[in-house]
Amino acid sequence: MATTALGHAGTHAYAQKTGLWSWITTVDHKRIGILYGVTAFIFFLLGGLEALLLRWQLGAPDRTFLSPEVYNQLFTMHGTTMIFLGVMPLSAMFFNYFIPLQIGARDVAFPRLNAFSYWVFLFGGLLLNSSFLVNAAPNAGWFGYANLTSTQYSPGLNVDFWIIGLQILGIASLAAAVNFFTTVVNLRAPGMKLMRMPMFVWMSFITQVLLLLAFPVITVALVLLMFDRQFGTHFFVPSGGGDPVLWQHLFWIFGHPEVYILILPAFGIVSEVLPVFSRKPLFGYAAMVFSGAFIAFLGFGVWSHHMFSTGMGPIADTVFSLATMLIAIPTGVKIFNWIGTVWGGSIQMKTPMYFALGFIAMFIIGGLSGVMHASPPADLQQTDSYFIVAHFHYVLFGGSIFALTAGAYYWFPKMAGRMLDETLGKIHFWLMFIGFNLTFAPMHILGLHGMPRRVYTYSAESGFTFWNQIETAGSMILGFSFLIFTWNLIRSLRSGAVAPADPWNGATLEWAIPSPPQEWNFAEEPRVDSRDAFWEMKRARGGAMPEPPHVSGQGIHLPNPSYWPIVTALGILVFFVGLLLHVHVPTVLAGGALTLFAILSWAFEPTGH
Amino acid sequence: MAHDTAHAMPVETSTGLDTRKVAIWTFIGSECLFFATLISNYLVYKGKSLVGPLPHSESQCMLHGQMTTCEPIFEIPLVTFGTAVLLFSSFFVVMALNGAQRGNRKQLITWLTATVLGGMFFVGMQVYEFSHFYHKGLGFTTNLFGSTFYTLTGFHGTHVTVGVIWLATMLVLAIRGKVPPAKALNLELAALYWHFVDVVWIVIFPVVYLMR
Repeated sequence: MATTALGHAGTHAYAQKTGLWSWITTVDHKRIGILYGVTAFIFFLLGGLEALLLRWQLGAPDRTFLSPEVYNQLFTMHGTTMIFLGVMPLSAMFFNYFIPLQIGARDVAFPRLNAFSYWVFLFGGLLLNSSFLVNAAPNAGWFGYANLTSTQYSPGLNVDFWIIGLQILGIASLAAAVNFFTTVVNLRAPGMKLMRMPMFVWMSFITQVLLLLAFPVITVALVLLMFDRQFGTHFFVPSGGGDPVLWQHLFWIFGHPEVYILILPAFGIVSEVLPVFSRKPLFGYAAMVFSGAFIAFLGFGVWSHHMFSTGMGPIADTVFSLATMLIAIPTGVKIFNWIGTVWGGSIQMKTPMYFALGFIAMFIIGGLSGVMHASPPADLQQTDSYFIVAHFHYVLFGGSIFALTAGAYYWFPKMAGRMLDETLGKIHFWLMFIGFNLTFAPMHILGLHGMPRRVYTYSAESGFTFWNQIETAGSMILGFSFLIFTWNLIRSLRSGAVAPADPWNGATLEWAIPSPPQEWNFAEEPRVDSRDAFWEMKRARGGAMPEPPHVSGQGIHLPNPSYWPIVTALGILVFFVGLLLHVHVPTVLAGGALTLFAILSWAFEPTGH
Repeated sequence: MAHDTAHAMPVETSTGLDTRKVAIWTFIGSECLFFATLISNYLVYKGKSLVGPLPHSESQCMLHGQMTTCEPIFEIPLVTFGTAVLLFSSFFVVMALNGAQRGNRKQLITWLTATVLGGMFFVGMQVYEFSHFYHKGLGFTTNLFGSTFYTLTGFHGTHVTVGVIWLATMLVLAIRGKVPPAKALNLELAALYWHFVDVVWIVIFPVVYLMR
């Protein structure tokens, strides 16, 4: 059994750890990364399926494929799933797997807390989606605007599932953020100064700061909303003096940093891929770091640009409009630096490079439409129309998903020990690129012609039919491209070419160790003397890989596996299920007691060092 | 240095600080936003209650099913005393930590006991205060004042309770002799959290009880 193998670590070789129990009790950042990746990819496909159902409904005027109620549930769950269960945990997969490897660390700062984050995320995602089983999926939009969410207008469990699901997912994100922030601050290999860190680590690090500062705000907002619904307070209920607009402020103080939480890791990924496939160091490293930090800083001062239509008055509108336009500057710096990186490089057109270049092009389009509705008069015309839907899909799909896919093709060999198929990868790219643009580019046109968001159908006389049909056809191509990707993943896992340690001539430390890495990562602690540490190591030896380590790594003492993280997560789940069931006190108390018991057991468990 | 023998994690951290200490500071940074949001919520709705009772003035309110005149809710002396006890407990835990670091078990146990008792007194004061206010007509859903007041101070009280449980656990360990100077950091982590909870109250007390 897995647990006994570690007990004798240091005396003989590790037994191969396999089986379900080894995954349940794992505290290895690489395995947790894989768990995040597989789970998030399944949720991502689910969210994509929801989107295809929505597109099918809109494929013809006055279609009755979906009822208005089901349509509301599907667009709410599509948004919520893609953000909290798709893009964020897909980024978390890369945080888990590659932050420790890129900074030359043995693991994250708190391996058990890391496992805890994953289990809480999984339980939160399952609880949120279990709402479909009782026919009460959230239906008030991913932003949950008051007073749509009041008991008066949403009497069912739908909104409660949304509140409780997000609250649980918030705990996972905060625990992970404390962990990764501490890891980057404290566990860098000797010589890995802050300004030598790979750009992916930098952007991920900034993302953790955003998570730490943004999630407490949505936590409070959700608590207040829960009190309104469960206990009858009036925080967002006008009849009791409450103000629904306060919800919008609280939500977007979280929500705007949240969109940078979704995009900054993507910036980091393409900043890794472009230099490697251009055979040039990243252009303007310091400018990239500071522009990322500046974007994050400004991200806390622009939330009200989501609220121009609430009528905040000219002063507030002007300030938030200017701050929003200001963000175009650091973002533009990044785009020019990416182009500068590729410029004059010895470009290797491998699949990750296709997606990274596609990212730049698509993200520019999304960024430009973003600047357009930074202007309040333009925004008043565009808000709540498909123009906005076009904008945020160009930045979140054209941005985040393109970059995450680039990352998947780039790092899959390291994680799986197998290469992904290049031909299938390029077919995937072209289908995704064409399908994506067919789906979302026409939304600009429809939006400017006044087609409203979040409405389940349109009439034949409205003139919206043609472009909607193009969009629906495009979305089917887009969906198909991910079937090809899934097929590529499965086939390559089984029979792909075996990946060497350094298939791409990589610049960063993860490529210095075998694919997949051994459990202890680095048999010898790496020493870092410059940026692009692994390139420098190879250059110093005339291009050859560094010598294999002088020690086997077998004796390295690793943290013990533990089941307390999953037990603690279970306690939290029970606690929140109690809250969901209209504050069922025995369940809440049982969950609280289990959580407390598990935390104390966790604290007194021997960790193995 | 080659890790072919003993240690799992690099012994020396990048900053030289213990990793757990960095983590607790990070967590505290995040908690600042949590309380900032709750305090903002209280301030946004200050003076916006549609009915009484009110914090500092007489008002028309519903009591026992009929409209009547309610007294001001706050009684400053009791909460001032509770505040003083809580703030002194921050001093107590510093003394306890000093005892732990110097290996003076008697000092550690004495001052840590005082800290836990101080925290428990504060929570007890709050329970008494809440039930007293309730009998004066201020329920959780009575008006925006009640909702925002109980939410803000209730979450702070929950944090104090968590701190009491944490420090009480440390006290049991100290009595069993399991907090030697080499492990004083375990107590320091709890102490940092405890100071944070106190500092938050230093903001809440004037904003909620004193500001009119």
